[in-house]
Amino acid sequence: MVQKFIFKVDDNEKVRIKNILSSYEHNGDNLISILQKIQELYGFLPRNIIYYLSRKLKIPIAEIYGVATFYTQFKFHKMGKNLIVCCDGTACHVKGAPLIINFLEGFLGIKSGGTTRDKVFSLETVACLGCCAISPVCIINGDIYGDLTTDKIIKVLNKLKKEKKK
Amino acid sequence: MCARYQKRILRICRGTGCNSLMAERIHDKLIKLIKDSNLAEFNEVKLTGCHGFCQVGPTIIVDPDNVLYVNLKVNDIERIVEDHLKKDEIVEELLYKDPIDGSLIKDITKIQFYKGQHPIITENCGKINPEVLDEYIQEGGYNSIKKVLKDFSPEEIIKEIKKSGLRGRGGAGFPTGQKWAFCREAPGNQKYLICNGDEGDPGAFMDRTILESDPHSVIEGMLIAAYAIGATRGFAYIRAEYPLAIERFNIALEQAKKAGYLGIDILNSDFSFDIELKKGAGAFVCGEETALMTSIMGKRGMPRPRPPYPATSGLWNSPTNINNVKTYAFIPKIIEKGAEWFSSIGTEDASGTMVIALTGKINNSGLVEIPMGTSIRKIIYEIGGGIPNKKNFKAIQTGGPSGGCIPEKYLDTPLDYSHLTALGSIMGSGGFIVLDEDTCMVELARYFISFIQNESCGKCAPCRIGTKRMLDILSDIVKGKATMEDLADLEKIAEIVKKTSLCQLGQTAPNPVLTTIKYFRNEYESHILDHSCPSLVCENLIEYFIDENLCTGCSICKKNCSAVAIKGNQKEPHKIISNLCIKCGVCFSSCPNKAVYKITGSFKEK
Repeated sequence: MVQKFIFKVDDNEKVRIKNILSSYEHNGDNLISILQKIQELYGFLPRNIIYYLSRKLKIPIAEIYGVATFYTQFKFHKMGKNLIVCCDGTACHVKGAPLIINFLEGFLGIKSGGTTRDKVFSLETVACLGCCAISPVCIINGDIYGDLTTDKIIKVLNKLKKEKKK
Repeated sequence: MCARYQKRILRICRGTGCNSLMAERIHDKLIKLIKDSNLAEFNEVKLTGCHGFCQVGPTIIVDPDNVLYVNLKVNDIERIVEDHLKKDEIVEELLYKDPIDGSLIKDITKIQFYKGQHPIITENCGKINPEVLDEYIQEGGYNSIKKVLKDFSPEEIIKEIKKSGLRGRGGAGFPTGQKWAFCREAPGNQKYLICNGDEGDPGAFMDRTILESDPHSVIEGMLIAAYAIGATRGFAYIRAEYPLAIERFNIALEQAKKAGYLGIDILNSDFSFDIELKKGAGAFVCGEETALMTSIMGKRGMPRPRPPYPATSGLWNSPTNINNVKTYAFIPKIIEKGAEWFSSIGTEDASGTMVIALTGKINNSGLVEIPMGTSIRKIIYEIGGGIPNKKNFKAIQTGGPSGGCIPEKYLDTPLDYSHLTALGSIMGSGGFIVLDEDTCMVELARYFISFIQNESCGKCAPCRIGTKRMLDILSDIVKGKATMEDLADLEKIAEIVKKTSLCQLGQTAPNPVLTTIKYFRNEYESHILDHSCPSLVCENLIEYFIDENLCTGCSICKKNCSAVAIKGNQKEPHKIISNLCIKCGVCFSSCPNKAVYKITGSFKEK
């Protein structure tokens, strides 16, 4: 039996999306900017919104996903409460970023790009944050931590874990 | 309170690097303390862009005393206010210390890092407030566009730029004047202009700094270019990973629009031009011009074969001119001071200066602007202050994933396009990463190929499949599982990828591999034949051990080990169970007694 999935978009959301679309003149050429706005709103690209967008912009769903999956900025699932972004640019790499990433993967029990089951931590690696002078660098919840070592990271993580328990 | 007749200006660096080290809180505290001590009349605090010296950030420059305070913490501010501002005494502990002789340097102009530089486009960085239009104008900003609208025909501008010998600073080094001439001559009513700010090379932050510290210079350069080629619409494509650059460029765009430098009939002429900011979405390949254009049009950022070149068929099939951020930033200066002045700097092959981001294993990392033709040795040992921790220099990596590694014997090579190409590397947009003896060249080559493999758009087979195969072989080598035949295959595939890929990304991707094989073949051989990593980096080829004589049994390593691979009772020497060890190195970095050491083949290091 063919199961039919219906992805509903409620009226509030429709208004929000329409506002975004009207500021971009409903123009498919602005698709990337529109997706960026939607991600700012939700933290990721929810599937029902993409379906709705496809109807409004008259662009096939596959094409929207084609564009969205091409760019690393776009996310398709909800991120954890704490987002750890590890830089693995060249400068960070030669100064020990792989050790830090390796350690974080072991410590959190997830691979880079993943989210812990309790949705507390998400781990990501990026190619360069442009703070090469203070490498290796991590961004944890928007704050930049430079000149990292594994024991520095442990201190920060333990603090975050304690906050979770509170 | 001392009587001062000349106002002091405290310029605080608010670039991304310093901001990440709490420059914002330092800034707020400085303003508050000065206000509370009633010193505001004689002391002005000024937000500026990057001072370039990111290694020692956050920094404050005190003018006119010419003092640079470095590595500031929030608590240091009180002393600057108490001693320097109130008593005119320099706070010696906060001065920059020369990495070679350890002396404290009071005068900023005497610091080697600044002394060797020749700032042209970074002149305003760290001097003006990038969020205030008037400060740019005070430094002569927007004079060049006024000058060209009044005295120059578009052809004359192109002639002037051709004469200056300016070559594109994005990496390939195509003569800018020629590029503009192609676009001007191309038939079409609508022409576009693009500023390429998708600085994707890991380890490079030149464009980011210019956009953050002097955004109006880029806008002015775009204006002059648009007038020269006859474009009416412009796009600035800046990567999303640079939020501060996007914010400041947006502010600058608004200001320029309000002041009549952008829009319809600019400065009462019949020239109209407008710039729209486009945020990149995280795809390295979008730095390639044809890919960038498809991305602006809202599609997957994939390159296409050239010709047709963008100059004849670019955005929406109209003639389009695309230049790098730094190229545009040079334009107002060339118009202001003349082509002869510009071509007198640098070499015959490459005129003017080059902005480089000096990072990696170096004492003074940061942003450096030097005349073309400066030797690499001067950059590393004079401006860069040498290698930290008395380690030995191994190589310098230029041009990001498209460039190569240059070993010690070529340190005296002058920095320009032809010399670097002859060594198998490229100039690139200016990311220079210094590598010391602790860097494994094989692992570095693997890193670059894995980066390229990740970022390959998949359109052409050589890049999609070739880099994948190269990555497989390199991964085997760093695990000690490869043979010498694999190495020969690697070289063969690298040559094919280089010759047959569609765009620059694939064509230059093998460079890091080919140059490391060429200059560091012995490292490849020891990985393959001896199963050892001489730099003690490749995790499959090293083991961690604890020195029983040095271990005090403090259990810090045991507590930190996420693999539970360390056994031992408190106050007794501990031991690492090697088959449980995941080689994360946390024991190595956290041991207070340096009792953990690494071993590979016949090499051993503490």
